[in-house]
Amino acid sequence: MTASNIQLDERGRLKHFLSIEGLPQELLLEILSTAEGFAPVGRRPVKKVPLLRGKTIVNLFFEPSTRTRTTFELAAKRLSADVLTLNIGDSATRKGESLLDTLRNLEAMHCDMLVIRHDCSGAAHFIASHVCSEARVINAGDGRHAHPTQAMVDMFTIRRTKGDFGVLRVAIVGDIAHSRVARSDIHALKSLGAREVRVIGPRTLIPPEIETLGVRVDHDLKSGLRDVDVVIMLRLQNERMQGALLPSAREFFELYGLTEERLAVAEPGAIVLHPGPINRGVEIDSQVANGPRSVILEQVSYGIAVRMAVMSIAMSSAAKPESH
Amino acid sequence: MNLDSDEIGSLLERMAEGLTEALAGRGRVDPVVVGIHTGGVWIAERLRERLGLPAPLGSLSIAFYRDDFSRIGMHPSVKPSNLPFDIDGRHVILVDDILYTGRTVRAALNEIFDYGRPASVTLAVLVDRSQRDLPIRADVVGITLALAPGEHIKLNGPDPLRLITHKAA
Repeated sequence: MTASNIQLDERGRLKHFLSIEGLPQELLLEILSTAEGFAPVGRRPVKKVPLLRGKTIVNLFFEPSTRTRTTFELAAKRLSADVLTLNIGDSATRKGESLLDTLRNLEAMHCDMLVIRHDCSGAAHFIASHVCSEARVINAGDGRHAHPTQAMVDMFTIRRTKGDFGVLRVAIVGDIAHSRVARSDIHALKSLGAREVRVIGPRTLIPPEIETLGVRVDHDLKSGLRDVDVVIMLRLQNERMQGALLPSAREFFELYGLTEERLAVAEPGAIVLHPGPINRGVEIDSQVANGPRSVILEQVSYGIAVRMAVMSIAMSSAAKPESH
Repeated sequence: MNLDSDEIGSLLERMAEGLTEALAGRGRVDPVVVGIHTGGVWIAERLRERLGLPAPLGSLSIAFYRDDFSRIGMHPSVKPSNLPFDIDGRHVILVDDILYTGRTVRAALNEIFDYGRPASVTLAVLVDRSQRDLPIRADVVGITLALAPGEHIKLNGPDPLRLITHKAA
């Protein structure tokens, strides 16, 4: 069973949201336009719609997260679902076996949707292939594999601020090799028809043969940023510094840190995204992160609307027509 | 039976007069107009023009307030709702193209109240099919039509507006 067919039901509707890969472009566009409908809800006196009233959603976080967890939780609450967040520490994970046990327990509680973050690539897919047919699974980040809701947040942010993808040059900068956000962003940008996608980083942090995804590789930040409309910065994880992959955070900033000066070669209206949390002075300078080109905080607020869209579209395919 | 844009124009004229009367009779001044997507917005915009109301038009999608999500799922092509004014204490003219079961109006009322507490809501519809499932009645009606079972009516637009009835296949 492949990720592409497990995500869709027999009528081609979204069932599980596990990766951008394998989803038709129309579905990505449907998510973006539905999110436009949810975006104003957060600014109303009553920040809630009754769409998923009576549904139970469980956030299963096997890996720590603040932003993703809270935006998923708020998204579920704003859809009027009952939501439960379980932060499962490392000690409780014994991979396959305990994951299945956890799943069976949650099924016994009649949960309608599971949102899963796990440090193993494929964890959400594993759950989706074992879950009962009524339940829905959303991937909130699995290992180095995919972070599809973050990619949709990035696409929503880009479309809202820059418009049509067909004219945009997009650069993704930093640790591409270990980034599930980068992978999902590349698939989404290619599917939505971005004019050009570039990945920029040191040789040790760019996976071999990434060009096969249709991206241009640059090891020099300045030439990579020339004329781009969108810059997606990635978080440099500190643990990468302990290995032989990088000499030091300081040296990384010297070569790949995003500063106002380096942004000068980009298009004048270029925007800067970052999935958070930010390492100021490592991958991005504070001046840029707080500056007028930064849409980092917009990403956070759009994150709720986009996750509301993904959850309600996935839940929509569980609808059961009644005969009178 | 079908209606062309001129015939709809005279229905709109009648609705505008009816609204002026209904609002004045109850002392409802300075109202705002809110249309329900999609046909209701077309009608609402024309009524707002005829009544010469200064406030911008409001629109409701009601997609997130329907009572049939668990039966048929989300409706495709959701348009965002937009109420570009404070609804608290305002007199609202709620407009839809066709009043059928009353379920759409129920959803719209619930959505309005999530934006605030209006002073009043006056319901205006172009067509009343008089087949209500819920106790919801329009204050102002363009035309009342009793359709045969299996007959459907649809407003095409926005320009020109046409009302078309057809038998279900």
